[in-house]
Amino acid sequence: MPDLEPTPGQTVGPFFGFALPYPGDSRLVPPGSAGAIRLHGTVYDGAGGPIPDALVEIRQADASGVVPRVEGSIARDGVFTGWGRAATDPGGRYVFTTIEPGPERDGEAAFFAVTVFARGLLDRLSTRAYLPSPALDADPFLAGLPEDRRATLVAVRDDGGLRFDIHLQGDEETVFLSYPPRS
Amino acid sequence: MTSSTDVSAVPADEPLDQAQITREIEEIAATARPGEAQPLLDYPPYRSSLLRHPTKALCPADPEAAELVAPVFGHSDVAPVEADLTIQGTGDPIGERMVVTGQVLDGEGRPVRGQLVEIWQANAAGRYMHKRDQHPAPLDPHFAGTGRCLTDDEGRYRFVTVKPGPYPWRNHHNAWRPAHIHFSLFGTDFTERLVTQMYFPGDPLFPLDPIYQSITDPRARDRLLATYDHGLSEHEWQLGYRWDIVLTGNTSTPMERADA
Repeated sequence: MPDLEPTPGQTVGPFFGFALPYPGDSRLVPPGSAGAIRLHGTVYDGAGGPIPDALVEIRQADASGVVPRVEGSIARDGVFTGWGRAATDPGGRYVFTTIEPGPERDGEAAFFAVTVFARGLLDRLSTRAYLPSPALDADPFLAGLPEDRRATLVAVRDDGGLRFDIHLQGDEETVFLSYPPRS
Repeated sequence: MTSSTDVSAVPADEPLDQAQITREIEEIAATARPGEAQPLLDYPPYRSSLLRHPTKALCPADPEAAELVAPVFGHSDVAPVEADLTIQGTGDPIGERMVVTGQVLDGEGRPVRGQLVEIWQANAAGRYMHKRDQHPAPLDPHFAGTGRCLTDDEGRYRFVTVKPGPYPWRNHHNAWRPAHIHFSLFGTDFTERLVTQMYFPGDPLFPLDPIYQSITDPRARDRLLATYDHGLSEHEWQLGYRWDIVLTGNTSTPMERADA
């Protein structure tokens, strides 16, 4: 089969809020369960203002570095599926309750894969929220980034969790990723 | 022109009109790189994009770990009735009943099986069931405008709904969106995640709409058009539209407009 042309993206628009969020969307594990942390942050525009109509999704491994391939992200009946969705609040803030992903191999850097949607953003953006760790210094992908931008991909430990702010534009603009076509 | 169309040309106290937006759309189209498959993220005619697009080039990354594995959904997550948007109320919604169906494929033409498809849309009068939609068109108590389904073993999705109406928005004076249905899709890899909009053929609003025109390549834009398929229409019941979706995970490159 010849390569097919991709279907283009379009903005998520202003009205996804009655359709995409659902109860439990951002709770990958029950709050207060063993190892539960908050992964949270604010999505900012180029003027430093919060974006109240953004949607953030994460995909992650479990603590042992295995990415689950099990259903249940909507049902949320106690199975860890490694995927979640959080709309931002009026202050541009999103919050997930989850666990920290483990690296695929010991000593490697671990990250949450992050997708960002917003009104005003014409296509989705992809990025990574790395866990702060000494392993980051040896990560080949991070090493290939300009030094002054690397920190935009590293979550910051705070009380009970990890903070990962996302800047769509501006001096602190987050590094967003492109991926080669799948082979 | 420069990479940013001059959006300050219109004095702030004068309403921004369609002629100005159309001029900007045409200027960008005249210099756009042929074959650009995705919308330009830096697209000033869509005013809400001005502060919400990255200005730096996307960084190429080899997908790793969680990026290689799309989330999995199943029958515990989605009930079959969620694919019929016309049975969510206590009565029939007003509007043109229609079925929309198609295949979700990856770039090599392989079906994306058992995967979640979510849609949302305005009702037949062009009004969303959303508190922020203030368009003075009637809400329909029998139409919420949201649906979900799982693709089958051939990657096919199928929704029954009513045709959405066009609606006004505040990008500029007298701005109207062409009728559309929002689609949210997952592929086989997490990198193939796609949110987009499906349009209907022949809409007179297409040349005026900066969201649709942000895809500067006409062939790429056409890939968002459903096709009327009489074979899907049902006698004395509903009309049928077909729309296939290809997920490749390719991403547009914000710095690569031809003049940048």
